[in-house]
Formats: sequence, structure tokens, C-alpha cells
Amino acid sequence: MYLRSDERGPAVSNRLALRIAVFGGVALALFAVLFFRLWTLQVVNGEEYLAEANNNRIREYRVVAPRGDILDRDGEVLVDNRTSLALQLNPRKLPADDGERRAELTRLAALTNTTLPKVRETIDEELRLAPSAPVTLRRDVGRYLVYYLQENQDRFPGVEVRRVFVRDYPHGTLAAHLFGNVGEVSEDQLKEPRYRDLEPGDTVGQDGVEYQYDEVLRGRAGATRIQVDSLGRPTPNGQLKVVEPAPGNNLRLTIDSGLQEAGEAALAGTGLPGAYVAMDVRDGAILAMGSNPTFDPDVFTRPLTQSQVDELYRDPISSPLTNRAIAGAYPTGSTYKAITSVAALASGNVTPTEPIVDDGAFTLGGITFENAGGVAHGTISMQTALEVSSDVFYYTLGDRMNDGSALQDWSHKLGIGRETGIDLPGEQPGLLPTPAWRNQLYREGLTERPWSAGDNVNLAVGQGDLQADPLQMAVAYATIANGGTVPRPHVAMQVEDAAGRVLREIEPSRARQVRIDPEWRETILAGLHDAAQSGGGTSYSVFGGFPVPVAGKTGTAERPGHADQSWYVVLAPYPDPEIVVAVTFEEGGFGADTAAPAALEILSARFNKTAETVSGGASGIE
Amino acid sequence: MYATRARQARPETFTARPSIAERLGLPYMDGPLLFAAVALAAFSVFVLSEATLRDVPGSPRYFADRQTIYALIGLVGMYALARIDYSRFRELRVGIYTFLCVSISLVFVFGFAARGSRRAFDLPFFSFQPSELGKLLLVLALAGFVIDGARRGSARQRTVRYLCLGFAPAALVFLQPDLGTALVFAVITLAVMYVGGVRWTHLATIGAALVALVAIVLVAAPTVGAPILKGYQEERLTSFLDPSADPSDAGYQQNQAMIASGAGRVTGRGDRATQTRLDFVPERHTDFIFAVIGERYGFMGAALVLSLYALLIWRALRIVTLSKNSYGTLVAGGIAAMLLFQVFVNVGMNLGIMPITGIPLPLLSYGGSSVLATFLAIGVLESIHVQARLGQRGRFAW
Repeated sequence: MYLRSDERGPAVSNRLALRIAVFGGVALALFAVLFFRLWTLQVVNGEEYLAEANNNRIREYRVVAPRGDILDRDGEVLVDNRTSLALQLNPRKLPADDGERRAELTRLAALTNTTLPKVRETIDEELRLAPSAPVTLRRDVGRYLVYYLQENQDRFPGVEVRRVFVRDYPHGTLAAHLFGNVGEVSEDQLKEPRYRDLEPGDTVGQDGVEYQYDEVLRGRAGATRIQVDSLGRPTPNGQLKVVEPAPGNNLRLTIDSGLQEAGEAALAGTGLPGAYVAMDVRDGAILAMGSNPTFDPDVFTRPLTQSQVDELYRDPISSPLTNRAIAGAYPTGSTYKAITSVAALASGNVTPTEPIVDDGAFTLGGITFENAGGVAHGTISMQTALEVSSDVFYYTLGDRMNDGSALQDWSHKLGIGRETGIDLPGEQPGLLPTPAWRNQLYREGLTERPWSAGDNVNLAVGQGDLQADPLQMAVAYATIANGGTVPRPHVAMQVEDAAGRVLREIEPSRARQVRIDPEWRETILAGLHDAAQSGGGTSYSVFGGFPVPVAGKTGTAERPGHADQSWYVVLAPYPDPEIVVAVTFEEGGFGADTAAPAALEILSARFNKTAETVSGGASGIE
Repeated sequence: MYATRARQARPETFTARPSIAERLGLPYMDGPLLFAAVALAAFSVFVLSEATLRDVPGSPRYFADRQTIYALIGLVGMYALARIDYSRFRELRVGIYTFLCVSISLVFVFGFAARGSRRAFDLPFFSFQPSELGKLLLVLALAGFVIDGARRGSARQRTVRYLCLGFAPAALVFLQPDLGTALVFAVITLAVMYVGGVRWTHLATIGAALVALVAIVLVAAPTVGAPILKGYQEERLTSFLDPSADPSDAGYQQNQAMIASGAGRVTGRGDRATQTRLDFVPERHTDFIFAVIGERYGFMGAALVLSLYALLIWRALRIVTLSKNSYGTLVAGGIAAMLLFQVFVNVGMNLGIMPITGIPLPLLSYGGSSVLATFLAIGVLESIHVQARLGQRGRFAW
């Protein structure tokens, strides 16, 4: 103690002085502790506590933005939204008492047709994803349930019914494979840059156009931030900030609903698994595209039942979710002859008018390749070879081109064995057999023999190891028809706002340009036209009576383990085609039997003309 | 004007006639102590007026106005006590002690229950909590007993006697139940004994016994199924060790208080102090007022308050050494310990390093009994100071 001498009181004994000094020391230490603690709390860690305080008082509610509509090329709505009532639970408002909580969850399980463990599981899972968001127990609850809950609110604390947006498909299954489905963004997806701004619980496109153009369609969720007190009650004037949700933009597709419907009807009519594509040959705009069997996209707006899961995912043969038009992998049969023609002409292995003898069989290295049905067509040039679908003619070209890689090179240029780059997820490249590929397999012991001339002979007529899908064939034919521009197929036309103003045109540039001499083109198209509409043509029986001139080729491919794959690829109108249609059926038999009639239905719809029945032609001879 | 003032000033040094200040006894009082006490009380009124605007619907100044009145009454009481010689309390020790025990006991009969605890009488103007005043009464009586019994019995007998005298009212308070105040009583008892010269060995034994007692109460008794503390008491005492363990219970309050204090950072959040405004911090006008200060005024405000308390304790300890007699030394020591303990426990609990015990922050926490009792205790300290000063000048009375 710092005392002036005159301030000192009675002398304090030494013992007392010691005790008071210790007392003072303790006081000093305690104050030091308090000051130090205050310092760390406020100055060192203050920011952290401030964040926690704000976290305490601010509740953010996400306001979901409605997804944009998907329209067809004429503005017809293909996919829009409907509002659905969703049963949601705020787990924090559940009764604190274990028994009561259990009782309420049991009641909820009964109401939602599930079990208590499943309800708990759902809650745990959703809370792990989004700790602050309410848990959706069931979507699409009926009105009776809503009324019941309203009347018994006191028995269901924390339960609320909210309106949510659900995808709606006014045309049912139409173009189901194009749209794909939407679903909650997954934990893994949230890590991807494209989902940067999303939060658990948000809905994103999971397949098809919904996936590809998700950014266009999904819009931007809004938020209300509300200040609450310690009991979670909103405070007066506590609305801090509202960010209005921005609805997604509409996406207009190049799809023509009428054509799409006709195509799907044609596919469904056969009952066979198959696919078709109708594309504008000039710019690659997909006018229609379908795959059979199909599915009802609406099932994905509700929880799937076990039988639905089995049907959609567990059936490898019908595999309804697969879009066979872009992911089918089939040998193409004689439809490939157009491609072989281009390759042979371009590589100088044949001229447009060069005659080749077709005596019905072609022998190579002791193996005899025969025409279908063993028919001999005599001495013919390319145009006739296409008309009658002479295999021997093309076997010869395939053999000639085994010296060099002209067939593979041109197949590759025309888009075989590679992705077309269509704006849809899930496209498969297929397989273009090459000597290098086969020899590599042979070296690895995965096949019994190396590449031989026979492989090229097979490829020349679309047989053997070749795997392609209707879209690839459509692209190849379109390239021949338009004189060498390889189009990049696309289903999206433009982005529009809700009022229909065009925000962005989607015009993918051509994939590449290849040189196709006008003479080659004329020869090939003429051959294809004869095949479809001259008396000796392979599909004359189908297209002979069709008033619009077309150029089409049948294909009947042997597919190991299956009945023949039926194909038809057709360009119309001849000689200056605007549209290419490619159709294929698994186990459809002759091209003229299933695929060609389906293609005719599609073209009838496109040109609004029906075919008269004709007799004759060479169908059944592939 | 200047001449007049000079004429008036000069005679003062010569005349025997005391000035007004001198007549009021102000020069003999400890200025810094008085300043700290008044500053803290004024700050309390200021904080309450700013932070409790919405607490009582319709009367925004409810707490501030009442606290002002309590502080003014306390100031008057303090002044009155400062003007009389505290030594008289030594003679009145038996009466004081009896009054202390009886008033605490009466709470069991006439007191009203609040949150499961009977602590206070409902008087016409405010509810009076005898145990608050009891802290001061215990200091005055016990110091008397220690001085008086300094020559009677062996050292051990004396130690046991003091302990019994001090712990009897502590036990009564504990049974109300009011654990916090009971602890203050115990600390006062030990402090008076300590300053009174009880042997170090005895103090060490008592300390060891207390540690054992805590162990039994918190660990052993509950495990054998005979809990001594009520559930909430134990929870409050232990939850500070891990306040975020369960945000819904006792730890919640502590956590929220810590968040509030921390969120104030250096300069405070002023009216944007949401932790306190939105009810996250409970009891913000009483037990957790320090968290309110921390959030509203930041480190600068909280450190200022702590400094005022440091000043208060320092002056109290200084008065311990100044006292004209041993009774004053003991009384001042007891009061210093009482203030120090309350400040440390309350501030510590606001900052998350001490358990929640319901001990008010002297002069800052809202509450008539506490403010009044603290001012009276300051008054006793001032009286010791005044008596010491007068003694130096050979004037023991005015």
C-alpha cells in the first residue's frame, strides 16, 4: 500500500500485513483472470461470437423458384409445373419428451403409409444434408390429410403442409426420354462447380434436357431472412431482407410435337424395343426423337414404389429409361451402304458409274459371302446396287478398301463410332471396327482372330462388330444429303423468359465439314430414291405409293443372340432433302417389314400425306 | 466578484468554523471508494435504461427508475453509516447475529416463493431479501465474535466456534435454497477468520474439508442415490465446464451470455445488441447484466466496469490496513472478500469460466436488497476510513 506517512494508521502487525498482502495478491490474480478472459472473448474471438449471435437471431427461409417450362418448337408446353402439397416436419418443434415424440412420429408414419423407423431414417438423412431445413415426409398429400392435420394441429407440433413445385407433363409420356427427370440435388453433386449456388433440398435436372439445360431452367431461389427472438418467434419489423426468387427461363425445343407423337405411335405400334430420330438435315435440329419402351416421367414426381423401381431400373432387356436413339448399339445392316459408297467414291476405289458383276456370291479367302436370298443382280453400278441392295457389290468395295483405311476414315468423318455432340446426356459413341482395334483385342486374347479382309467386307454392309445408333445414322445421311456439312444435332432451340421474349438462340455450329463431290451425292441419293420408290427397290412396297419423293434405305442386321435388327433411314423430299428419319427395331426382322413402315408413318405426319398401297418391290430381299 | 471570492476563501483556513464539506464529513471519507461505488450504480441505471426498454410492456424505464431509487436510498444509508462509528456494531454483535438468523428463518414462514425458492419478503414497495443484508450483518457480527473471543479457548476451539457461527446462517440460506448467497456467507466467514488470524494449518484443513465436501456433493452423493443438491443446482454448477453440451438447459444460458459478451468485441454493438434485446440472454437485468454490458459496450465498457471494481476492492483492502482498531480491520477484510468473491463469480459466470450460482453483481445487478446492502457495506468501509482519519487528527467524534 502506498501510503503517505501521515496517512498510516496504527501499525499493522507483520503477520496481518502478510495476510493482507496475500489477500491483495489473490484479488490481483482474480482480476487478471477476468481481464484476460474478457480480452480473449471480446478482442481475440469476438468475430466468432458475433457470427454466432447473428446465427442465433437470423432464420433464413429459402423461397423455391419455379423451374422454367419446356416448350416444343411451336410454343406448345411439354413440361411445366404444378403445385403440390408436401407434408413437412420441423424436427426442432417436435415434443421434447421422448415418449411424446415417438407417439407423434408413429402417428405421422401411419398417415404417410410408412413405418416409424423409416420416418426416423428420413429425418436423420435430411437433417444431415440440411440441418436447418424442414424435412419433407411426403409429397402430393391429399386434401383429406391436410384437413385432418389442420383439425388436429395440437397433436402434430412441428408439422406443416407446404406448397411445392412439381414437374407436370401435360402430354403424358410424350418425349419422356428427352426431358429426363428432376430431383433433389445430391451431396456429391453439390461439390460440382455447376451446382455452386445450390443448397441441399434444391431441385435440379437429373437427366435429359432437364440436366443439360439445368442452369437455364432452374432459376434462382430467393430467400427471406427473418429476425427471431430466443423462442424462434419473428420479431416485429424483423423482416431483414427478401430476395425474390427468379423463376427459371423457358426452354423452347426444336421438337415438333406432332411429329414426335407420330413417331412414338409408330414405335409403340410394333411393340418392339426400338428408337427413331427425325432431324433437319441442314442444321441438325432434332424434330422428333423417341425410344421404346418408354416411361411416364410423372412417376419421378412422387416417391417410387418398389414395383416401379423394378420396372424402371431392374429390367435389362426392356430398360425403359435408356434412350435408344442416342445410346442404342446396333449393327446397321444395309443402311450402311450409303456410307460405304461415299468412302469408296472418295478413295477412288470405285467411280459413280463403274460396273461390278454381282453373281450372287462373293468369295474371299475361302469364305463365301452371299446376297440375301442368294439372288444374283448381274452387272450393276452403284445406283442400282443401292436400289436392289446388292451385298456382293459392297462386299467388293469393302474388300477393295481393306487396302488402306478409307472405309474407317470416312465412317469416322461421317460420325460413326463417335459421339455426335447432341445436347443430351447419356450419348454412346458406339463402335467402328478398325484393324488396330481388333488386333489389339486379339493381342489381349479377347478375341479369337486378328483383323482380316472379311471384317472390312462385313463393315461395308453394316455387319460384324459395328455398333451405331439411329442418331449417328441420321447424321451420316444428313451429311451426304446436304453436301458435306456434318451437323451437330441439338434439341434446344432457344431460351425465352416467362413472357416469351427470346433471350438466347441456341445454334450449335456444324460439327465439321467433309468434301462430298456433288456427283457422288447425286449418285447415292438417286440410288436411295430408287430403293424407296422405284419398282425394283427394297422398300418400294412401303414407299412406292407415297406422294412425296424420298430417298431411303432398308437395313436388316444380324445381331448375335437376337433376331435381325430392322433399320430404315430415309431422306425427304428427294432430291433436295430437308429431313432425315432413322428408325430401328430390335428383333424387327427385315427393314421393309417394321422399320420402313414406321418411317413412313413419321413422314406421313411430316408431309401430311398418306401412301397408297402398291405391290411389288424387292422387300424381303436384304 | 474576484475580490469577494478571495475574501471568502481566505478566512476558511483560519476560522474554526468548518466548511459545509467538512461538516458533511466528506474530507474524511475515501473519495475513490465513493467514486467507484457511485459510478457503478450510475452505470447500472444507464445500462438498465438502455437495455431493458421492452422488458416491462408499457413502462420502458421500469427497472432504471427503480434502480435509481434503490441507489439513492442506498446512498443515504451509506452516508448515515459513514457518519457513525462502526465500532458500536461490535457491541451489538449478539443482537445483529440474532436478527440475521431470525430474518433469514422468517423467510421460510412469511417469504414468497419465486422459482422454487423462498428468499424474500414481499414488502409494500419492494421485495426484501434478508440474506442480501445478511451478508453485511454476518461480517459485522462475526468480526465482533472473533475480536471478543480472541482470548477464550484453545485455537482449535476458536476456529470451530467461528466456523459454526458463520456456517449456521449459511446453512439456513442454503436451505431456502440459495446456493450462491450461501457460498458468499461461507466466503465471508473464512475471510474474517483469515484476517482475524486463524492459523494457516486450520485454514488449510478447512480448505481440504471443503474440497472433500464438493467432491461428495457433486460426485459421491448422486452416485449412491442420495443427491444433496437439487438437480438444477448441480447442473448449473457443472455445466460451465462444457456449456455447449446441451443448448437447451443450464449450459444454454451460459453459452448465450458468452456469445453476447464476445459479440460485443472491442467497441460494442450498442442498440444492435441482439443477444440481449431478443431475449437470448436470460436474467439480463440481474445475474447476466455483465453480458449485457459486454455486448452493448464491448471490451471498452466491460473493462471500464472491471476497473471500477478493481478500484473498489483496492480501496477496501487499503481500508483494512488503515483501520483504527482490529474490529475495523476484520470488518473491512470481510467486506472486501464479499465484494471480490461476488464480482469474480458473477463476472466469471458471464464470461463462461465460473458456474451459474445466482450471485448478483454488486451495485450493477438490478435489485433493491442487493444495491442497498452493498451501499451499506460501502458505508461501513467509509466509516472505518472516517474513524481512522479522525483518529489521526485526534478527533474521534464530530
